[in-house]
Amino acid sequence: MSSTDWPLWEVFVRSRRGLSHTHAGSLHAPDAEMALRNARDLYTRRSEGVSVWVVPSHQITASSPDEKDPFFGPAGDKPYRHPTFYEVPEGVRNL
Amino acid sequence: MGPHLTIEPNDRSVGSAAAAAGKGVEMTSVLLGEGAHVAGSQADQLAAFDSAIAADERIEPRDWMPDDYRKTLVRQMAQHAHSEIIGMQPEANWITRAPSLRRKAILMAKVQDEAGHGLYLYSAAETLGTSREELLDKLHSGRQKYSSIFNYPTLTWADVGAIGWLVDGAAITNQVPICRCSYGPYARAMIRICKEESFHQRQGFELLLALSKGTEEQHAMAQDAVDRWWWPSLMMFGPPDDESAHSARSMGWKIKRHSNDELRQRFVDICVPQAEALGLTLPDPDLSWNEEREHWDFGPIDWEEFRQVLQGNGPCNEERISRRRQAHEEGAWVREAAAAYAAKKATKDHLPRDGGVRDGDKAEATVSAR
Amino acid sequence: MTRSDARAPYGAGPLDSPLLPLADDALVLSHRLGEWAGHAPVLEEELALANIALDLLGHARALYSELGDEDELAYLREERAFRNCQLVEQANGDFARTMIRQLFFSAYQELLYTQLAALGHPLATKAVKECEYHRDHAEHWTLRLGDGTEESHARAQRATDSLWRFTGELFLPLGPGGPGGTPELDGPDLVGAVDWDALRRSWTDRVTGVLDAATLTVPTTEQHGAWAAGAGRQGLHTEPFGRMLAEMQHLHRSHPGASW
Repeated sequence: MSSTDWPLWEVFVRSRRGLSHTHAGSLHAPDAEMALRNARDLYTRRSEGVSVWVVPSHQITASSPDEKDPFFGPAGDKPYRHPTFYEVPEGVRNL
Repeated sequence: MGPHLTIEPNDRSVGSAAAAAGKGVEMTSVLLGEGAHVAGSQADQLAAFDSAIAADERIEPRDWMPDDYRKTLVRQMAQHAHSEIIGMQPEANWITRAPSLRRKAILMAKVQDEAGHGLYLYSAAETLGTSREELLDKLHSGRQKYSSIFNYPTLTWADVGAIGWLVDGAAITNQVPICRCSYGPYARAMIRICKEESFHQRQGFELLLALSKGTEEQHAMAQDAVDRWWWPSLMMFGPPDDESAHSARSMGWKIKRHSNDELRQRFVDICVPQAEALGLTLPDPDLSWNEEREHWDFGPIDWEEFRQVLQGNGPCNEERISRRRQAHEEGAWVREAAAAYAAKKATKDHLPRDGGVRDGDKAEATVSAR
Repeated sequence: MTRSDARAPYGAGPLDSPLLPLADDALVLSHRLGEWAGHAPVLEEELALANIALDLLGHARALYSELGDEDELAYLREERAFRNCQLVEQANGDFARTMIRQLFFSAYQELLYTQLAALGHPLATKAVKECEYHRDHAEHWTLRLGDGTEESHARAQRATDSLWRFTGELFLPLGPGGPGGTPELDGPDLVGAVDWDALRRSWTDRVTGVLDAATLTVPTTEQHGAWAAGAGRQGLHTEPFGRMLAEMQHLHRSHPGASW
């Protein structure tokens, strides 16, 4: 690594108003201001976005794939969290 | 359905919000080192990997994967990225001479797209812990290759059209199946690229059509370009299946979905009627429709030429790589200046100095988000 | 417009329009930026430079189309019939020179187009947002180069000093009475209604502010050379421009009447 290397940034783009930002990809930039501009030039040149976020890649904390079961398994057996779990008598509306 | 990735405008902790959201989140992380991956024996991991491949699931950056799979991917993604970047040169060669303002705009946008595609692919390769700097080093020192097609020169304006129609056409034929590649980041980069590439091929076809229907001189220019680019385009699919070193394994891993010869045949079948529509001839006397196979038969490819160009003896190998190296070296002071400025600002604002890739704590420490 | 008109250094019609210098500025700078393709200091900057070049080419095409046939105007005029300022035709040099040139020009273009937009010119209304982005991009780079390393500072200062003498020309009124137009001009005289003094003041504030922040010294030298004041606007260009045009026009001129 030399001093000419720029850090990596993750780019999130809101494709239109009303939708959340989604991950679009990454790029290199010396600082946040330039990262934002580079992101605009790279990821929205076909009008793909109305808003952009950039986050230094190293600042993102993620769950480990090895923790798949302890992290995401328990949610699997709680069907009562979903509306389809409940039976509604025929004819009852607006519920 | 698990929760969606929803990040609210005021939520400052994008990373953790996203990480907790789980489903659909493919996040970057700081690896804890090899020690973090102790769950299960190597055999279990391999079995899990194999069954994911068999079930057509995607492999994501932090999943366990066999070393050779990782190496194959890095090599292929890097080569692909390098090809996009080197591929800018033969076309950029004509930006300053484009014969109409409309064509000038189209060509500039196309060359720009190639830079963008290179960026998407370098990003995808970086998810496997190889920094762009490292990959560029390998390109500049000749340790990694790029597609040999770009070692041919663009001698006339019609070459810009031939590259669009034939070279981009061959590339798309190759790339569309990679949109279903087993490695998630690569597949996603390819989806974006293929979407954007569709205009490239069309503009090439349209450019040639205008020439073919133009003056006698323009028509001759178009025919000459097709004569020169046809065979090298067929070589873009790589050596015949029985000589292709990595093909079978890559197909097993679903990095590759079709064999070289299959794709080459598909490309020839697509091009023959298009050439007719262009009013141009493909330079192959053996080209004929085979009723039985329901494919076009074509003549033998000069693989000796392919090997020569691959080994560095093409018309432009030397020039392409030295121009690339020169651009990189001449840009060093600019990259340095911006990094120095960022460091100064960070100190001034009493923020901890950016500890990312630049601090040299190994590219492996940062795996890009997908 | 006929071909012979297009070739005449000083013809009637489009060549007298005050919009022509603006179109030529945009085309010439777009062409220069296009020369960077494949050579930018970093991949991300390839995208940025191409975006700016494409925006400018868009401005040029829209303006030419108001005046006549865009390709005849771009490809069939001789050097002396081009009315672009000398600033934009200057060779790219290093990245610092390209960015300082961009800063000087984009700051000017943004201010000028803002005034034109206020006068109701539809193209300017759209273009002004793009100019703002170009200026912003150039400002960010000027800060980083000026206040980056010793080497980048020296290069940025050299570029500033060397390009300064081409900036005076920017504020010469276009339109009736100005070097780029004639009093008999017909049609809406949008450019003639521009407040050129205000433009100069705003430009100077803006540019010197950026140079200061970038720790660069604002030159105290003349903003025009010995005979260069207004020269580009009058069809007098610097030597590199002829070579640029030769390259740009060669193919088009080699096939008279052909369509592409």
